[in-house]
Amino acid sequence: MSCLQTISDYSLRSLGYGERLLPKADITLCEQFVLIGSGMIWNIYFGMFALFFGFFFATSLALGKNSKFWLFNAPSRAFIFIFRGSPLFIQFFFAYDLFIIIPKLGMDIELGFLTVTVETRWLTKAWLGALIVLFLNTSAYAAEIFYGALRAVPSRDIEAADSFGFSGMKKFRRIIWPTMMRLAWPSYTNEAIFLFHATTLVFFTGFPAWRQKGDAIYYASYFAEKTFNPFVPYPIVGFYFILFTLLIIGIFSIVNKRLNRHLAPNDQSNLKIRLNLIR
Amino acid sequence: MFSYCADPNSLEGLLWLSCYITTPKHMSFYNSFLVVMLLISLAAPLAMAFGFAGSIASRSSILLVRYLGKGYLAMIRGIPDIVFFLFIPIALDQAFEYLRHKVLCPEVTEAVRQGNDFVVCSVAKLPLSSASEWVHDLYGFSLALLAFGFVFGAFTGNVLSGAIAAVPKSQLETAEAYGFTPRQIFRRITLPQMWVYALPGLSNLWMILIKATPLLFLLGIEDIVYWAKELGGIKTGVYDYPHPDWRAWYFAVLMIFYLTLTYVSQSVLDRLSNRLSIGQATMAGKAN
Repeated sequence: MSCLQTISDYSLRSLGYGERLLPKADITLCEQFVLIGSGMIWNIYFGMFALFFGFFFATSLALGKNSKFWLFNAPSRAFIFIFRGSPLFIQFFFAYDLFIIIPKLGMDIELGFLTVTVETRWLTKAWLGALIVLFLNTSAYAAEIFYGALRAVPSRDIEAADSFGFSGMKKFRRIIWPTMMRLAWPSYTNEAIFLFHATTLVFFTGFPAWRQKGDAIYYASYFAEKTFNPFVPYPIVGFYFILFTLLIIGIFSIVNKRLNRHLAPNDQSNLKIRLNLIR
Repeated sequence: MFSYCADPNSLEGLLWLSCYITTPKHMSFYNSFLVVMLLISLAAPLAMAFGFAGSIASRSSILLVRYLGKGYLAMIRGIPDIVFFLFIPIALDQAFEYLRHKVLCPEVTEAVRQGNDFVVCSVAKLPLSSASEWVHDLYGFSLALLAFGFVFGAFTGNVLSGAIAAVPKSQLETAEAYGFTPRQIFRRITLPQMWVYALPGLSNLWMILIKATPLLFLLGIEDIVYWAKELGGIKTGVYDYPHPDWRAWYFAVLMIFYLTLTYVSQSVLDRLSNRLSIGQATMAGKAN
């Protein structure tokens, strides 16, 4: 079987298209590359959506933690503590088992021209359940970063805004938020990278891979088991992840440039990858 | 455990619960918490050793050693750690068996890798197939421990080389001016001072290490995650203590365990850092 044939058979296998059976015997290097790459689709899906939705939630959590009003402050603090203080691994298990025991309900949502049925059993599927856990988790970590940055916004900036008559939403949107983002951005880039790495946990925890539709590391461990040779599939996963990590750094450094563009070159901060953070 | 537990079907309420949570299987569950603590207390010094070796190697004057050290410290940044946790135990296991195969059975000439099989002679197997249960457990745990030491060693190495770089240059130059050799400079100037700079990073790693311990489950060890799944699953009437799916509650217990552990660690570390910063020329030191 040629490599082109393999690509057409397996490149979308993780989504359920193409050849149904996974390769069992005489596994070629090409098959490993294509199938593991196909699994990367899931890692990218989880990483992108969790990060996107998490960004907004994290901003509100950071503001909540900074608020003096206990009704905002206490829940934000508790949320951040719970999700940062316990392992993501356990969070996945806990969430999955919780989603299993909630009653199986269907709910129709009228959108005028069509009706969408929302079912609670979707929560037990990785595409929704695991995404929710990742979303909540990254929100907590990012909120702590944003909170730290919010506390570090120079007081003279705020005083200047006050004296120009800025207040409320306008002050936040025009003065505080941009500076907060600029200060938080290097750490937030780090968070994005390690959230992306954390997506590898999904199919090793509670959430089962349905019909062998798994992520990159799911297929890698499948190959390692079948060929009894860990020295090929795992380096392939490593290769893919390094590639996408570099891509994330590239994208985030463009944003970083924009956030820093008003500063003198010496004051601008560069992105630097720091330590890995297991959750 | 208690004498009234002889007939579980006759029990109700709290009495039932007191019998339920003292079954032998639950005792294994409680023991696995100790395994987690043991892993943390052994992995931390091991990671320290790996990290120290790595950060020294990355500053070596020998090119090959320097590249090896730098590679070791850098690899962790782009690749998810789970990949290493899955890869290292199998790779180590195969490496050990391969070496033993070469030493113990030199007469076997067939290749070890035959297609999809990894074949070593029976005396080279690790652990021996005749070995008792606890040897298998111990071997599995040691492989897991090595994987933890290796991965966290790379993290620690990053922190330590950052700390080494943070020691003020002027002090090193002064030492050089007094005629210290590079070795003396490292031992007498850099080494005693780097720990202050390393402390925030190291305490962060300690928290990360705590939160990484459930990964033991991935390595096939009967840890707290294993027992929570095992004990929490639906138990039908054929069991002594039938109950519905309680896995969510077992995992809730694990969450509370980890939250307590991280909370206590955080307060101890905060105190330590306050204590150490007394008298230092930093903002935290001035505040005291």
